[in-house]
Amino acid sequence: MTEDEHSIRKAPRRREGRSRTVQRPRRPPAFIAIPATIGLALFALPVLGLLGRAPWSRLATLLGSDLALEALRLSAISSVSAAVISLLLGVPVAWTLCRYDFPGRSLLRGLVLLPMVLPPVVGGAALLFALGRRGLVGSPLYEATGLVLPFSTGGVILAGVFVAMPLMVLTVEGGLRSLDQRFERAAETLGAGRWTVLRRVTIPMIAPSVVAGIALTWARALGEFGATLTFAGNLQGRTQTLPLAVFVALESDRDAALALSLVMVIVSLAVLVALRDHWWRSR
Amino acid sequence: MRTGLDSRLVMRREGFHLDVALGIDPGQTVALLGPNGAGKTTVVGALAGLLPLDGGYVRLGGRVLEDAATGTLVGPAERRIGVMFQDGVLFPHLSALENVAFGLRSRRVPRREARRRAAGWLEAVGLGALSDRRPGRLSGGQRQRVALARALITEPSMLLLDEPFSALDVSSRAGLRRLLQDHLAGFPGPSLLITHDPTEAFLLADRLVVLENGSVAQEGSADQIRLRPASPYAADLAGVNLLVGAASGKVLTIGNHQLVVPEAASGRIIATIHPRAISIHLDRPGGSPRNSWPTRIERIDHHADRVRVQTGPPLPVTAEITPDAQTGLNLAPGSEVWLSVKATEIQVDAG
Repeated sequence: MTEDEHSIRKAPRRREGRSRTVQRPRRPPAFIAIPATIGLALFALPVLGLLGRAPWSRLATLLGSDLALEALRLSAISSVSAAVISLLLGVPVAWTLCRYDFPGRSLLRGLVLLPMVLPPVVGGAALLFALGRRGLVGSPLYEATGLVLPFSTGGVILAGVFVAMPLMVLTVEGGLRSLDQRFERAAETLGAGRWTVLRRVTIPMIAPSVVAGIALTWARALGEFGATLTFAGNLQGRTQTLPLAVFVALESDRDAALALSLVMVIVSLAVLVALRDHWWRSR
Repeated sequence: MRTGLDSRLVMRREGFHLDVALGIDPGQTVALLGPNGAGKTTVVGALAGLLPLDGGYVRLGGRVLEDAATGTLVGPAERRIGVMFQDGVLFPHLSALENVAFGLRSRRVPRREARRRAAGWLEAVGLGALSDRRPGRLSGGQRQRVALARALITEPSMLLLDEPFSALDVSSRAGLRRLLQDHLAGFPGPSLLITHDPTEAFLLADRLVVLENGSVAQEGSADQIRLRPASPYAADLAGVNLLVGAASGKVLTIGNHQLVVPEAASGRIIATIHPRAISIHLDRPGGSPRNSWPTRIERIDHHADRVRVQTGPPLPVTAEITPDAQTGLNLAPGSEVWLSVKATEIQVDAG
């Protein structure tokens, strides 16, 4: 026992020693610092521009309008729904792509990532051809259930899932891939069935990736514009989300557009910063 | 053998073929030794049910766990084989207590009961005070103790220890070895210790199995392998000189002979000296005179490209030299010679 007490006392000291030898340099050299500053400015300047032009005094009134309130409500509902659906479907997709070898796997992997590189308008059009009332799947769906997805809130959610779920698949697949499968095997030898292994080992161990996936899909769905517009249209109260409302307001009421943009910037930034501190640093 | 482990493991992988017959009696510990890539960890995976067999069978305590001929296959969760994995493989997101309780919780033991028994096991491996710590905040030796408690708590029918010492420094090695000795002595089922360290194998196992290139090169007691090593690797590990004695400061006393070592130690020790680290001289050598002593050659064995020389009192050891050196020194049984060994070539473990 004594030698273990000894070594635990030694352990943190060793860690300190290591961090001292690979200490981060205090400042990046100029050839890094200059392009990095320009790059960061590209991110920061638009946000600053928005903050500088924001109609702070009229903010409450602007955000209290019917158009703003309905867009806020719709965006909240559709982005959260899209994130939840992406979670429920995306994790099994990532699992299948990561853990099973089958013919056509690389084709499927490409297909899953397609929405990330496709212009969202094209994605929306594709959704329309497939799920529109006269579409490949939409037509029999309508005949059978009377359900019409285009130009409905369901359509907004579907468009969000389509563009955002690849991010969930990517992050979760990355997490699964870097998970040492010996942990799951150890759990099996301890008598854990597949469900117990999943619940008590795999999911907790890839939790950071899953949370990152939720944050990214939610943010992507919140900002979705092109596919929503094409597939679901721009109907106030039904399919007009925040980005669409901003687009419309830019033509008619610039201050309202600024106020709505501000809401999106602040909410998104808050969520991303909070998650980054909480999860990504600890990885 | 019927009540212990009875197995024949046949696995074919690209570029690798494993065919091993392995039997272990209840209460017996077998050490599986072999160079890297010999298939040691594959044997663990096969016995634990993590890697399916291409041929052969696994029977444990009269129960058929796997039989390639009939297609019988009991999954790892139902085999009741406790595995102590290389590097522990503790769940990083669970505390030491939750790690140990995991096997009971998986078998639907109520949480309170599982935690109570896990706390008892942590106490038994000397970690009662650290039960709330996660593996990241435990030392290597402590992690292996948790891994042992985690493997034993489910009262497995067999114990597999995959290189339990490989990640440890010398000081925590001795403590874990004593702990393993205690628990293996009280363990009713067969145990398999995977290692590449002959010291551990000799100290912990009743019988040695040498695995090379996927098949058993030799098996038997340490003495049997020492006398008739069947391969260069077996000769290498069996020829290692293990000397039990006592340390006081930098001086080891073995029998009535003394050796000087570079680092101070105290109490019972095991000194390991590789045969190639011992030089043979015809006259008293210069240099570091304290670790040289006169003796008489008792026996000379020839193995392919090397010659093993066994010497008599005051410190019987095996030295290894080249055939050229033997001819040059004109050595034969009965020759009076001087032996010398550098202090830095003597590995000291607490015994």
